[in-house]
Amino acid sequence: RRCASHIVAVSDVFKEKKLKSNTNLLLTKEEGLQVYEDMILGRAFEDMCAQMYYRGKMFGFVHLYNGQEAVSSGFIKLLKKEDSVVSTYRDHVHALSKGVPARAVMSELFGKKTGCCRGQGGSMHMFSAEHNVLGGFAFIGEGIPVATGAAFASKYRREVLKEADCDHVTLAFFGDGTCNNGQFFECLNMAALWKLPIIFVVENNLWAIGMSHLRSTSDPEIWKKGPAFGMPGVHVDGMDVLKVREVAKEAIGRARRGEGPTLVECETYRFRGHSLADPDELRDPAEKARYAARDPITALKKYLIESKLANEAELLAIEKKIEEVVEDAVEFADESPAPSRSQLLENVFADPRGFGIGPDGSYRCEDPKFTEGTAQV
Amino acid sequence: KEMTVRDALNSALDEEMAADPNVFVMGEEVGEYQGAYKITKGLLDKYGPERVVDTPITEAGFAGIGVGSAYHGLRPVIEFMTFNFSMQAIDHIINSAAKSNYMSAGQINVPIVFRGPNGPAAGVGAQHSQCYGAWYGSVPGLKVLVPYSSEDARGLLKAAIRDPDPVVFLENELLYGETFPISAEALDSSFCLPIGKAKIEREGKDITITAFSKMVGYALKAAEILEKEGINAEVINLRSIRPLDRATINASVRKTNRLVTVEEGFPQHGVGAEICATVVEDSFGYLDAPVERIAGADVPTPYAANLERMAFPQIEDIVRAAKRACYRSVPMAASA
Repeated sequence: RRCASHIVAVSDVFKEKKLKSNTNLLLTKEEGLQVYEDMILGRAFEDMCAQMYYRGKMFGFVHLYNGQEAVSSGFIKLLKKEDSVVSTYRDHVHALSKGVPARAVMSELFGKKTGCCRGQGGSMHMFSAEHNVLGGFAFIGEGIPVATGAAFASKYRREVLKEADCDHVTLAFFGDGTCNNGQFFECLNMAALWKLPIIFVVENNLWAIGMSHLRSTSDPEIWKKGPAFGMPGVHVDGMDVLKVREVAKEAIGRARRGEGPTLVECETYRFRGHSLADPDELRDPAEKARYAARDPITALKKYLIESKLANEAELLAIEKKIEEVVEDAVEFADESPAPSRSQLLENVFADPRGFGIGPDGSYRCEDPKFTEGTAQV
Repeated sequence: KEMTVRDALNSALDEEMAADPNVFVMGEEVGEYQGAYKITKGLLDKYGPERVVDTPITEAGFAGIGVGSAYHGLRPVIEFMTFNFSMQAIDHIINSAAKSNYMSAGQINVPIVFRGPNGPAAGVGAQHSQCYGAWYGSVPGLKVLVPYSSEDARGLLKAAIRDPDPVVFLENELLYGETFPISAEALDSSFCLPIGKAKIEREGKDITITAFSKMVGYALKAAEILEKEGINAEVINLRSIRPLDRATINASVRKTNRLVTVEEGFPQHGVGAEICATVVEDSFGYLDAPVERIAGADVPTPYAANLERMAFPQIEDIVRAAKRACYRSVPMAASA
């Protein structure tokens, strides 16, 4: 198919940057095992989601991350707790990488009270204030200004509020389809203009649902849009976590030093359909097979073993451990209670006293007054 | 003492910025230009470009940036040059600002104010003349304030900035230059009005007239005319569209037994429709006449001066409707 051959051509356009490293090894044993564990967790968690979705345990739109793990693990594992992550509707794995417990994410997907948002967010809206996961946003491009605002706040805290140690950075994750949306361009402009500590991480998986990147974008090399706005644009093989990590280190360091934003295009691939409701009929099986052969987890495993950073037994132990973590998350979610009735009306406003002003002039929580027909809530 | 609405808004911003370094202003022309309508006049000199942030013309971008900064505890005041331009950013007002606290189960609140002139101005045509009270008033998670006088402007804007939730603050361009008397209490920097509480601007016993923003002035003028004809009207300044002060409205209707609602927005699913619904639900037995709804005409705003005048409520419309409700004139249907 025409699309498939073109996609290879896009990849070939980029001259891969020679990665320079002080040592021969790209990461320590400890780092290698941490990244491996995170990628395995991402993969196993999403596979379990598919099972649970088909069993009716979760509902609505569920977008899985399989195949793209090198991006999440490669970037997020380099962050501090105070750093922020803003994601899209494909957000489970970003939350996991940032440290939100698998139990809390699974429970959220089950719509349970123990979920990271007590079942009020759902698959596409992961939030954790504690871990600075500032949301999954369900609309294309919507998360980018919010992420830019989080970066604005870091700079404001340092420069206006004089919190000298506030060097926090924000990562904005989004896909190739988003790079045709105005909010992307608006925020590249303002982030560069104000030198905000943000990294725009494009997870270019080549397909916006069923729309090929090449059919939707006049110049498919997204990274080029960075220099157009006065910031570095980097293209990296998003199926290689070591390369992603190198690029991420540089970009995060730049942001932390106050030198401004970076646009990073990670060329990756999703191994499943757009969502679990997508029959995925438009992508060429040959294209899928080609990327499947470049599975980022297999590649890291090979590297770790060949460079003697880890042996088979150690990696197997990680896989076993994660299997248990995911099983435990499902068990926990399944046994957790559904949200209580009172939760329906809670959290609409930050003020727990709720909706309106009572007869005495003070706030009161007011039932929203449905018509009689649905007043059973 | 007297004060214009413009100075009331400007002083409220100034005082809140002085009191809390987390408060900043962001929008088009708010800094060096001193505000398209001069509401932010002098703030740049006082607080610097880090806190009075001129943005490019990118409503979606800077509205979203405001929301993201509020996630981390800042208190942005986002100015839309007019609320018509908020259409370009409505996704962030509704989907990011209003829903974050609920979606995150209370982990992340959004203390942000979106402010700017709302409603029809004069001679600016369809795309610049529209009231968004009912639009934003229908969104859970938003608070929607509609100041009329200088006291409202000061007290409500200060309340909005201090509030932990997203507030849509709908001003009116044609009121900016109007002067109102203002009390010493309202001039105090600690002054603040409760959100969600209406104000009875004029007490009366024969009929209730609800209005907000510029229409409060019209309703008060209509009440003066009605007074001469022996009708004693009570005028309620809503001050807040959401939360809506149902209690005050219903208490008034239970007293006067008649209601006229006035707004410049479109009639269908409007603020008047909601007020009518709450009165029918809570005070049906007290009504002695059908509720009269006065709203903007159900058309995009025309440019020609005579057509534009016909498209929005005038004082005589309020007088006529009030008389109808008091059975002092022949109902329109009967006269036709």
